[in-house]
Amino acid sequence: MSDIHAGDQPERLKESFFATKPTAFTRFMRTFIPWQIVRFAIINLRMLRIIARSHHG
Amino acid sequence: MSRVVVLGAGVAGHTAAAFARKWLPSRDEVVVVSPKADYNWIPSNIWVGVGLMPAAKVRFPLAPVYERHGIAFRQARATELHPEGGPTGADPYVVIESTRAGREGEREEIRYDFLVNATGPKLNFGATEGLGPDGHSLSVCTDSHAEETSKHLDAAVERMKRGERLRFLVGTGHGACTCEGAAFEYIVNLEFELRARGVRDRADIWWLSNEYELGDFGMGGLHLKLGGYITPSKIFTESLFAERGIRWITRAHVRKVEPGRAHYETLDGQVREFPFDFAMLLPPFSGVGLKAFDRDGGDITPKVFQPNNFMKVDADYTPRPYEGWKARDWPKTYQSPAYPNLFAAGIAFAPPHAISRPHQTPSGAPIAPAPPRTGMPSAMIGKAVARNVVGMLRGDTGPGHTASMASMGAACIASAGANPFTGTAAAMTVFPIVPDFERYPEYGRDLDQTFGEIGLAGHWIKILLHHLFIYKARLRPGWSLIPE
Repeated sequence: MSDIHAGDQPERLKESFFATKPTAFTRFMRTFIPWQIVRFAIINLRMLRIIARSHHG
Repeated sequence: MSRVVVLGAGVAGHTAAAFARKWLPSRDEVVVVSPKADYNWIPSNIWVGVGLMPAAKVRFPLAPVYERHGIAFRQARATELHPEGGPTGADPYVVIESTRAGREGEREEIRYDFLVNATGPKLNFGATEGLGPDGHSLSVCTDSHAEETSKHLDAAVERMKRGERLRFLVGTGHGACTCEGAAFEYIVNLEFELRARGVRDRADIWWLSNEYELGDFGMGGLHLKLGGYITPSKIFTESLFAERGIRWITRAHVRKVEPGRAHYETLDGQVREFPFDFAMLLPPFSGVGLKAFDRDGGDITPKVFQPNNFMKVDADYTPRPYEGWKARDWPKTYQSPAYPNLFAAGIAFAPPHAISRPHQTPSGAPIAPAPPRTGMPSAMIGKAVARNVVGMLRGDTGPGHTASMASMGAACIASAGANPFTGTAAAMTVFPIVPDFERYPEYGRDLDQTFGEIGLAGHWIKILLHHLFIYKARLRPGWSLIPE
């Protein structure tokens, strides 16, 4: 839990300092359109699988 | 002629009514009772609340849609259930009060053969002093709330453009809230929008919630296979916040909201104040407060409803410690154990227990996220209830179709910035929604079908779903082919 009452803290003292953060490459791939078209198809298929399984669950 | 009455025209009620109408012969009547004239596609309220979409794009009038499809519509609020009938006969009926302009408060009794209670939640802003649009914080729970929130955001941006530094607070306004996912979507969209408007450097954005850990979302969190690890949603969510410079306070119960100041208590008993310039805090939910009466007029509300006003269905409500609950406690058919022609769907049914471990502060305040049951599960429950009602009208002896949240998955897209080229969304699937530790002993869920990733593709899917589900809700040609 972060502490707002500790005033303006340096980055290294905030909880976010201990969280995982994406690299520049990961961030780039998140909006890199050719890759995202592939992911669009894959995510849709995964969601359809869940929907199909739930409808027959 | 039989009559099916559906109370509520949200995702669950609208789905139940549409399928009941589709499957029943025209001699049977389907009646929808809703206090609002419009349908609201609630998931897109987030975009209204950050000013990216006008409210008119997330709502449409129900009456013409219902008229076109032969569904009777009453713009009214249900107040009393009489499942055993009353002085004039044994036919069950429901009492409604009109909310139509010029006819407010007019009462009507509607006889029914089957009744589906899909009234959704009461937005219980009153549980926290000063919470909500009538108090000192904002909300995106309805299209009109979201519209108002957007105006406040515009005003805040103007102040920042003039050089002020402002503090934004987003999260849950009570320790027993649910729908953390909606607040999560709002905060990441808010952050994206402040960047887009060029004022991000003048905004301190804070998350404050009743979750024990970030990423709990009222469903005890979830585990995902990511980068060669099985990763809890806490890591996923922390990463998302850290990347965007959003700071967080968890395990918090908001006690009071004053102008520009939230008072909250944390699980370890600390009582603190949080000064803010803009606060969007969701309310806890309760049932809408329907009363039930027997044939002689005696109050049988406790027989039909839980104390939180949600309706009892075929769940196992035996009180037991958190560690003792099982996935099979969750309801399957949503039929009232007291009256076989009475069903609940969506948020209106009483969950048998919390999914997230409930906690209490030393003063006794709850830090207990309530289970979510919106969106896809609501629609699937609505459809299963319609199927059961139709089946029983055709002679089935009982409800044969099930839609347990412990054997159903959910696909969820949480927008994290709305732009067709630079936006992102977290696409997630989870199976099952209610963890089943007997089937999946380690994490309660099937890790092959529980996944999450962030990217532009998720945003495209979110846009697609927005249009697809509004098309479906308008009952346009082929609507029933679109999955829930």
